[in-house]
Amino acid sequence: MLPIIFVVPVVQMILLTYAASLEMKGISMAVVDQDYSQTSRQLVSHFKGSPFFEINFVTNNYQEAEDELTNDNVDVILHMQHDFEKKLYREKYTDLQLVVNAINATEAGLINAYCTQIITAFNGQGNNAVFEIIPRYWYNPLLDFKIYMFSGILVIIVTLIGMLLTALNLVREKEMGTTEQINVTPIRKYQFIMAKLLPFMVIALFELAFGLLIGRLLFGLPIVGSLGLLFLFTCVYLLTVLGIGLFLSTISNTQQQLMYMAFFFMLTFILMSGVFTPTDSMPAWAQKINLVNPVAYFMRVIRMILLKGSGFADISREFYSLCLYATLILTLAITNYRKTT
Amino acid sequence: MKRFFGFVKKEFQHIFRDKRTLLILFGLPVVMIILFGFVVTTEIRDVEVGIWDRSMDQTSIRATQKIFSSGYFIPAGYIDHEAEIGELFRSGKAKVVVVFEEGFERNLLRENQAAIKIITDASDANAAQLTLTYLQGVLMNYFQSLNRDVELPWSIDIKSRMFYNEEMKGVYMFIPGLMAMILMLISALMTSVTIAREKEFGTMELLLASPLKPREIILGKVTPYVFLSFTNALTILLLGFLVFDVPMHGNIWLLMGECMLFITLALSLGVLISTIVKTQQMAMFMSLLALMLPTILLSGFIFPVDNMPKVLQWFSAIMPPRWFIVIVKNIMLKGSGFAFIWKETLILFGMTLFFILAAVKRFQIRLN
Repeated sequence: MLPIIFVVPVVQMILLTYAASLEMKGISMAVVDQDYSQTSRQLVSHFKGSPFFEINFVTNNYQEAEDELTNDNVDVILHMQHDFEKKLYREKYTDLQLVVNAINATEAGLINAYCTQIITAFNGQGNNAVFEIIPRYWYNPLLDFKIYMFSGILVIIVTLIGMLLTALNLVREKEMGTTEQINVTPIRKYQFIMAKLLPFMVIALFELAFGLLIGRLLFGLPIVGSLGLLFLFTCVYLLTVLGIGLFLSTISNTQQQLMYMAFFFMLTFILMSGVFTPTDSMPAWAQKINLVNPVAYFMRVIRMILLKGSGFADISREFYSLCLYATLILTLAITNYRKTT
Repeated sequence: MKRFFGFVKKEFQHIFRDKRTLLILFGLPVVMIILFGFVVTTEIRDVEVGIWDRSMDQTSIRATQKIFSSGYFIPAGYIDHEAEIGELFRSGKAKVVVVFEEGFERNLLRENQAAIKIITDASDANAAQLTLTYLQGVLMNYFQSLNRDVELPWSIDIKSRMFYNEEMKGVYMFIPGLMAMILMLISALMTSVTIAREKEFGTMELLLASPLKPREIILGKVTPYVFLSFTNALTILLLGFLVFDVPMHGNIWLLMGECMLFITLALSLGVLISTIVKTQQMAMFMSLLALMLPTILLSGFIFPVDNMPKVLQWFSAIMPPRWFIVIVKNIMLKGSGFAFIWKETLILFGMTLFFILAAVKRFQIRLN
């Protein structure tokens, strides 16, 4: 069991952090240039010069390019008709067509935006730039997506250990019948539960520390805020998650039942927590549900403390909410736990 | 044969007896579709924007109005110090701050040049980039409308066409991924856990001592899950079709056939896992950590495979869901026929064969 607790998460942290990127690079483009004039070639060379695009297919037959799109060999087609330049000279206005593979809508939106930027810049040539937009990226000037994903995956792993392992352990005793043996000993209910919870809490905290170390060494994870604050918050968070695990274990009889239930809740909690996508763009009802989603609090806070250096005042609302949550769920779980059957 | 059907019937009863698990089994696809369809979106919506307007003239005020009337952004308040930017970001009250320089309009009119600084909270790099692109688009539009009377030497109009997904719905991407995920979950996880359970309780020995042949036991164990998985695959397709209008351009029977292939693959993987592990906990952790997270992250479900580093692309190539997702996308959204997907099908077929052979081999070793 031990290697699974430690080795697997580490491998996951490293591999998956690299996997989770929405960054666009090397967009594969097909050019259908039926005009083959100076202007059309100039425009194509602008795309060639951009780091975002790779021109992988050049043809003057549109159908061929569309076949490439169907085969997933190209992401976008730039199509210029035979009167492209002529029209430009005669009417000072011409048009071209962009065909984007939009099965992945987000990607398609970005590709379209990048193309538009290049073509707009090409349009404005010879004209004075009238205004200028200067972008600044705070906290992460190189736009390194890895540190963001890493903190998210860290949360998933800590949660997995906290919620699932404890609950499984308790139900296992129940299923094997060893709980009855504990029941006949003079040990108190709260003592038994505390003894069960504590080791997993320590393991989860250790896992967090270990994860932070790996992140620091491998990904240059910035730790801007106070580590003490992070661990304090993690303790409260773990109490909540352990409480939920404990509660789930009191309402299930077999490990199988518990697994599916825990799996269901965890998957929902994690997907809603904003690990991959910003919570702000979620609909209002989903944001209401997130009020009872402990993972969402932790996901937000770990990133605030680690990446932006937020202090206690900035996270106090989340902190007190989770304190209340932990108290409620632990009380509920302990009352629901029957030592005597 | 009768013996075998009796065993399958018993397995079905095992599953249907546990109402709570059953509810989760059938509720899971529904909840996931709703989550992915409505909640987990990478679109930009309601991003909080702070404004630091150092000139407060007509142009900057109009530009601010344009930002907030675009529908993507909501105001997070006006600030007038640099220090306040950090406060807004640290407390999470704003994701972007737009700074108009002093004398913005004057510079624009006199010198034909004025600067807008857009400061983003790039701790979420992906979102920061998307937000910036949108914000730039809104501002560009506004300034182009200001310059309408200024004659450009020439201009090229862009006609964009969004192929396969004209309305740019995110759910097109998720339906195939979700099918892969749920089939993997039910087939691989459940099978491995249910067989590991028999091992853990020692009842496997009883079964092996019965006149049932080992292969009958395994087949009997997996048969109910074939039905469950298939029902769930249909549920997802139907929900996608009814709720999100996801089209079905290709041949439905071809798709069903590919689903069966993938289910067989996942089941044999589940059996293989169960021959390796000793307890349910191990089976679950193997399935969960080794299968679920990679299925979600490495299969191109959420993050495009093309953007990953080379090493991960190789990893992704040995993930069965990756190929299945390509197949489903091709059939459903592009209407491709078998000629376009035979390669992926062959890969899945080869993997299935490998898992079955490996499982059979391990299983025999255990019997000795």
